[in-house]
Amino acid sequence: MSDTSAVNDESGGAGSAAAAVDVEGVSKVFNPGRSNEVAALTDIDLRIGSGEFVTLIGPSGCGKSTLLRLIAALIAVTDGSIKVNGKPADQARLDRDYSMVFQRAGLFDWRNVSRNIELPLELMGWKAADRRRRSDEMLELVKLSEFARHHPAELSGGMQQRVAIARAMSFHPELLLMDEPFGALDEMTREHMQHELLRIWTETQTTVIFVTHSIGEAVFLSTKVVVMSPRPGRISAVIDIDLGERNEATRDDPAFFASVTAVRDALRGGQAS
Amino acid sequence: MTAARAVLRSWLPPVVAAVVMFGVWEALLAVVRPDGFVLPPPSRIGSALVGDFEAIATATGITGFIIVTGLGAGVVVGAVAAVLVTVFRSAHETLTPLAVAVNAVPIVALAPIFNAWFGILSPRSNQAVVVVLVFFPVFINTTKGLGQVEPSQIELMESYGAGKWRIMREVRIPNAMPYFFTALKLATSLAVIAAIVAEYFGGRQDALGNVITNSAGLTRYDDAWAAVLAGSLVGIGLYAIAALLERLVMPWYFAARKAA
Repeated sequence: MSDTSAVNDESGGAGSAAAAVDVEGVSKVFNPGRSNEVAALTDIDLRIGSGEFVTLIGPSGCGKSTLLRLIAALIAVTDGSIKVNGKPADQARLDRDYSMVFQRAGLFDWRNVSRNIELPLELMGWKAADRRRRSDEMLELVKLSEFARHHPAELSGGMQQRVAIARAMSFHPELLLMDEPFGALDEMTREHMQHELLRIWTETQTTVIFVTHSIGEAVFLSTKVVVMSPRPGRISAVIDIDLGERNEATRDDPAFFASVTAVRDALRGGQAS
Repeated sequence: MTAARAVLRSWLPPVVAAVVMFGVWEALLAVVRPDGFVLPPPSRIGSALVGDFEAIATATGITGFIIVTGLGAGVVVGAVAAVLVTVFRSAHETLTPLAVAVNAVPIVALAPIFNAWFGILSPRSNQAVVVVLVFFPVFINTTKGLGQVEPSQIELMESYGAGKWRIMREVRIPNAMPYFFTALKLATSLAVIAAIVAEYFGGRQDALGNVITNSAGLTRYDDAWAAVLAGSLVGIGLYAIAALLERLVMPWYFAARKAA
């Protein structure tokens, strides 16, 4: 706890936001010392304030998914340190300070929709009645209440991904890590899901780190876009986005296009160098 | 009503096909009239079964016990070994090549050796053949099912701080169920074959395998066929039980296939 307040003091200049994630001098080398050695990330510094919606964008191989997995402590850093909520990343994982959503919904066929949502709660040892109450709340949040007893295979791709988000949010994590969660969805569903995610973000005040390939998606969703470039993976620009409250009209807003252009220029600059 | 119709729809065609097959068999033999040792008509096999009911029932009970116990032990050992090699990398590296090597041995050829180990009149040697034969498909299939899990589902569990045993229970074992049941259904018929062939080499003299060899030796082919029929019924029964268990244990699997 004292760690968190210390971080809070440091970031005083950036407003009331405490650091949810603090990445310092991080490098990641896969297969070190072998012929297939790859420097996936070099010298990454990134500080993400509580309540922010940060997107990692960049071409394939820029290490954006690797950075997300490092923050999640699913893989270990080669160099540097990562703190989540002021704790070492692996401690934050064990404390369930964050939750993840993947490109594939990854629902378990052997559990119905509400039991899929209850899975993390079961792992945390919640009582059945509490789990049921929470999964009902989550189903309401993602507007799938009437599908509680359905089988995952009976749902569309977009609905499955909403269940995955409900599962991720079930224990009210402070941080949500999303790895191209809408990458497999069609354009219409994708835009709908973006609105839903922003609504959930606003309602729950969760910090979100979101990996995507899509410039429009990054700009529409984020308070901050982190532009990455490959070989070796690094951060080439951090662009603040200020579009106020987003709705359908936002997509036609000149400010939206200005930000899209800024991100695109940063991506080009990153690739040219 | 619809459930009854569904049962009827799945059972009626094979029953009709079997009745037609036996009818054609019977009719053809009535016309051609070969010697009884070539192929007796179903009616004579049936009457042999009724006439020798007590001996064949006893033999079926003895061999059935060997089949069921051997099958059970082989399935348990195969499934447990699959879990161990999945959880422990070192076990995988030592056990899997060993299992493959054991499978390359013509197992039934071991029957006379097992007789030497366990005693020529002991059912233990027959059980051992069944266990070894059943082990392999269960082990290989289950290992495959435990391993072929979507990587992001494992990452998801790890992100919740779940350890490898918890991942085994929540993800790998349910994922392996369809693979396991495929192997189990295969293993039921393998177990019947293994038990009866093993009995050709030894074991109790009143077991099915010996009833078949003895009857054939005495040119009582009707009795030999009746014993073969009894063995088939055991195999069909075990297969049906395995298929029923599959439905009961993983209704989600059939629901998912229906939805897809």
